[in-house]
Amino acid sequence: MTTAERELGFGPAINEALRQEMRRDPTVIVMGEDVAGAAGRAHLGLVDAWGGPLRATRGLIQEFGPERVIDTPISEMAFVGAALGAAMTGLRPVVEIMFVDLIGVCYDQIINQAAKMHYMMGGQLEVPLLIRTTYGLRGDKRSYGGGAAAHHSQTLYAVLAHIPGLKVVVPSTAYNAKGLTIAAIRDNGPVVILEHRFLGLQAKGHVPEEPYTTPLGQAHVARPGSAVTLCGIGRTTHLCLEAADRLADEDIDAEVIDVLTLNPLDEATIVESVRRTHRLVIVDEDTPVASVARDIAARAADVAFEYLDAPVKTVTSVDAPVPFSAVLEAHYAPRVEQIVETVQAMVS
Amino acid sequence: MTSGDAERRLTGETLAWLYTTMSLIREFEERLKRLVEQGVPVGAVHYYTGQEAVAAGVCGALAPDDWIASTHRGHGHCIAKGVDVAAMMAELFGKATGTNRGKGGSMHVTDVTKGVLGVNPIVGAGVAHAVGAALSAKVRKTRQVAVAFFGDGAANIGTLHESLNMASIWQLPVIFVCENNGYAQATPAEYALSIKNVADRAAGYSMPGVIADGQDAIAVWEASQAAVERARSGGGPTLIECKTYRYYGHHQGDDPLRYRTIEEERLARERDCLLRFRERMRLTGPLTTVELDDIDRRTRGLIDEAVQFAKDSPLPSPDDLRTHVFVQDKAR
Repeated sequence: MTTAERELGFGPAINEALRQEMRRDPTVIVMGEDVAGAAGRAHLGLVDAWGGPLRATRGLIQEFGPERVIDTPISEMAFVGAALGAAMTGLRPVVEIMFVDLIGVCYDQIINQAAKMHYMMGGQLEVPLLIRTTYGLRGDKRSYGGGAAAHHSQTLYAVLAHIPGLKVVVPSTAYNAKGLTIAAIRDNGPVVILEHRFLGLQAKGHVPEEPYTTPLGQAHVARPGSAVTLCGIGRTTHLCLEAADRLADEDIDAEVIDVLTLNPLDEATIVESVRRTHRLVIVDEDTPVASVARDIAARAADVAFEYLDAPVKTVTSVDAPVPFSAVLEAHYAPRVEQIVETVQAMVS
Repeated sequence: MTSGDAERRLTGETLAWLYTTMSLIREFEERLKRLVEQGVPVGAVHYYTGQEAVAAGVCGALAPDDWIASTHRGHGHCIAKGVDVAAMMAELFGKATGTNRGKGGSMHVTDVTKGVLGVNPIVGAGVAHAVGAALSAKVRKTRQVAVAFFGDGAANIGTLHESLNMASIWQLPVIFVCENNGYAQATPAEYALSIKNVADRAAGYSMPGVIADGQDAIAVWEASQAAVERARSGGGPTLIECKTYRYYGHHQGDDPLRYRTIEEERLARERDCLLRFRERMRLTGPLTTVELDDIDRRTRGLIDEAVQFAKDSPLPSPDDLRTHVFVQDKAR
């Protein structure tokens, strides 16, 4: 198989990004709970027992050793804070918070410390810290029972995107996951990347073997169109693409924008699209109140109102905690048919 | 070691540095207090007055490229680590020439080139940063050590306990310095602590716990010196508890007599670190009263200049409001 044909899944693409950056720069370290697993058991021949929730860090310890691939105790306050301290003193740490639901216990280190350090110090020092975390629920593609409920399924990126100074990134494919991860590691400020746990084969695709960057702060037009703009974030980009296919059967030509970076938001790309299509639907797996979806809607209404032929619409999760039972969860998050129906109502 | 052994290693130069540092901190804080009372707007400030021996004793044992992470009561730590008092005063005045260009104020005043990782008013947060700096030193093999200053209030926050555990399992070159001044804002330490001595908690994290007299710069220096040597030689972390006292309220607007007595304050001031140092020099030398007076005169001059610099400095431009929100991209 040639490089041009090579395909990777979401987790392996992130793994390759981490591996290549660790080879390139000896100051890059990886730390978090079970980023390797079996810590201290090498004498029994047991290493690398886990590798993170997406297995994105699996195998790194064999190449880079326990000094650079550091399993932490369950101490998010201290290890996220320590990663920040290391970022302020010459390292370029990639710290993993296993589930975004866990940011509650280390929110101070993210929003008060990492996000604001550069500003509070008047620009005295750089903070090359990458926080990787996973988010999301299984959604309507599930073939078996309930998901993980309210403490292991949340989205929560709005509470990060709200904070000045923090770049917040949500990849959707193996290709952009690799490029965004490399760009985030090389960024000299704090970045949070949220990786969806259940992208599966949707995210698999061509990933070049050589290192490359996907710029932070730039949205991607995943499908060009002329009749309506659908904005997706992470997994909902795939829902938007599926909806666009169905709408095409009805001769409705939808453009799909993959937002990719929530802060700083690429407002220009979204507004440029809306000026052409005159309609905007934002599809967001997060809950609706004070959300990124409504922020995009407000910005579009503010700067492109005269171009709009219909009110901006959002399709979001229900304003409730994530439920457990499969039937409840299936009705909780955005579904393709909701997007299709929303667009049909806008164009009719 | 006995204190006699340690004292023999104390050079006259070190003793002069300890006194100069304490004198400079005292003068900075006393002058600041007068300015506040005159209505100069310097924001929220937490005077370090009374605790000078801790900052001086600890930082006197450090190398210039060692790191410290400080607390909301951080002026003393910054001064002891060598941060320019004029730039500090300008920062408190909110001036463009301040250490943080007027974006930080008292609770963030910092100069990273002097090894100060930040003054931090989120109690306990900076402790984790010191652990990270120690991890960085270990990974980069630089032989630097890091100090985490925290108070008796932070002794009860989770970040500290997580940090103590991590520093221990990774044997990091970090020194945890508890400044037990008796009060977390208006809450007495004996109420909030489940244990009499914070130092005793070190046992739970398999590291030495040392109690030092926080009103005695030489005692603090001695304890710090041993901990620094241990950390630098790969021996891992130490917890030092310095028993000390803050002379004023929690911040400039706080009346401490609502939660403590005048008698307690009077007794604490009898143990004043500067007076005790002078008494010790009078008995043992080598510094003479004339030399110590001369140091005080020079520190007053430095603070005069600092206040004048702060007053004369320009205010930041509103154009600076959104600079430094994100770290600007540049090629790596």
